[in-house]
Parts: sequence; C-alpha cells; structure tokens
Amino acid sequence: MSDAHAGDAAGLEVGFFLDWIERTASAVAAEKERLTSLDAAIGDGDHGTNLDRGFTAARAALEAKPPEFPGAALVQVGTTLISSVGGASGPLYGTVFRRTGKALGEAESVSARELADAIAAGLAGVQKLGGASVGDKTMVDVFVPALDALLAGLADGASVDGAFGAAADVAESAARSTIPLRARKGRASYLGERSEGHEDPGAASAALLWRALAESVGGRAR
Amino acid sequence: MKLVGVVLVSHSPKLAEGLAELVRELGGDQVPVIAAGGMDDGSLGTSYGRIERAVSEADQGAGVLLLGDLGSALLTVKTLLDEGVGQEARAVLADAPFVEGAVAAVVTASAGGDLESVRAAAEEARLFRKL
Repeated sequence: MSDAHAGDAAGLEVGFFLDWIERTASAVAAEKERLTSLDAAIGDGDHGTNLDRGFTAARAALEAKPPEFPGAALVQVGTTLISSVGGASGPLYGTVFRRTGKALGEAESVSARELADAIAAGLAGVQKLGGASVGDKTMVDVFVPALDALLAGLADGASVDGAFGAAADVAESAARSTIPLRARKGRASYLGERSEGHEDPGAASAALLWRALAESVGGRAR
Repeated sequence: MKLVGVVLVSHSPKLAEGLAELVRELGGDQVPVIAAGGMDDGSLGTSYGRIERAVSEADQGAGVLLLGDLGSALLTVKTLLDEGVGQEARAVLADAPFVEGAVAAVVTASAGGDLESVRAAAEEARLFRKL
C-alpha cells in the first residue's frame, strides 16, 4: 500500500497501549505543577500530585505484571488508579480506563474504530458514576467533543493519524473552553460563580490523555 | 444475633475515627462500626483497600451500610460496589448526611434492624432540622 492510509488497517496491539500509558504518565509528570495550580484555584490543590502518583503506580504495575492484551492493560491501569490516587480523579479516571478496557475484551489487536467505541463505553461509565454532563466544568467537557471528533474523523475516511490528531486538538480547545463555565460538580461547585474564570483541572488532564493518545497513534510502528 | 455493620468513609482518618467513637457511644458497642478514613499512609484521601477491608471487618452476616463524607469518598465507594466488592457482605451505600446518618444507622442497627431499615434510618436523617 502506498496511499496515505498505509498502515491504518494494522490493529493496535498491547505495545501501543503501553506506549499510550507511558506518554500519559510522562505528560502528567511534566504538567504536574500546572494541574495542581489549576486545582488550587477552584479545588483542593492536589490534582497534579494525585494523578502523578496514580500514573507512576500504573506504570510500575504494568512493568511488574505485563498485560497480555490491550483490554487487560487498560483494566490494570484503571484498577491501579482507583487504588492509588486518593482523590476523586482516582475512581473517575479509573472507571474510564477499566470500562474502556473491559469493552475491548480479550482481543489481541483492536481497530481504531473499536478503540473509539470502547472509549465511548468508558465515558458512559464515568458519566454514570459522577453524574456529570457537558457544561458542568469537568473532564466530560473534554471527552465528549474529542470522542465525537474522533468518530467523525474515522467515519469520514480520514487517516487514523489525522482522526486522533483532530480529536486531541478538539480536546485541548475544549479544556480551555471550561474557563468561563461555572462548576456544577465536585468541590468547585461549592464556589458557585467564583469557579468561573478558571480552567477545570480535570478537563486539563483529560486533554493530556487525548494528546498522548494521538502521539502514540502517530508514533506507532507500521 | 447478627447485626448490620456500618462503615464510615472519610477523607480524614481523624474524622472517620472520631465519628466511629461518637456513634459507638450513642449506639452501644454491639454494632460493628469500622472507620475507613484517609489513605494507607494516614494522609488525607480515600483508600480503596481500606474500604474493602473495613467492609469485611464490619460484616457479621446481616449486611453492611456504608456512609461517606464528600466527593471522592462517595465516588470510591460507588466504584468499589460497581466492581462487585462487598457483594458477599451485601454492602450498600447510604445517601445520607455523614454524622446524623451514622448515628441513626447505628442506633437502628443496635436495635436489631435489618439492612433496609438501617439504610432507611440513615437516609431519613437528612430531614432532621436543627433549628
């Protein structure tokens, strides 16, 4: 194959998912201070520290017990986040990863479309758990439009790289779009209108996850 | 007689332990009341493992009622129950105020109330006016 879609047919295997988690862990570590200072403005000022602890633990867990297939990798990450983060982001991100992983089942290789559908299951799980909708100033404000962009890109026949890249762009702009919103979930919701004018830390970390995903897709072996 | 167990989940180990002390005083020492506050190292936060252990400690065979203080304590308990933890112990989460709910739950449990009545007592505690 010599067209722009060369390699798109190749499935995503466990190594891809380990790379995604590795990139996410590095991004969270690099942005730890920024996430924490966003959280200090409207939350309890521990988002960066908590997520960094969680992804550091997840990275160690994957090394200690290497998963055999993609779904197992994500379930393991989710379980580790739930038990190691300590703040609300543990159960929330933990649920995203566990549900996404469970939706992938035991397949050794998944298509981009299958991954997108599995992320939709992860998003549904976290929305059920936290009860947040779009506009509540949470990670959901990033996941919903990013996933829509990904599904639209894949359906339009865009390259897989392009579809994930576009989704990450949408995720980053969606995170910034939480700035004027008034928080309706979590600790920030107690602040009422004083939560306006600050980027939501959960939305900011969600954008890191989408960018890491796009980078893993762009950097995968063909 | 097997009594319903009560698990108190808080970000703060001191808050959970202090409340456990208070409700044991008010509800007698027959009811298994287990505090699951903070992280494993004693810092503020919610520990999946601590809650899991507290549920099995509180389980006498009559069910276990969990009460949580805020955000991540409740999210962690909901996640854990969704994962099937505490299924054997018949653990349920109360939609109740932490202090008043715990008092109502323990008093009801000490009188031999079943899991549904203990949960209902905790949830009705939200209606108590203070003034």
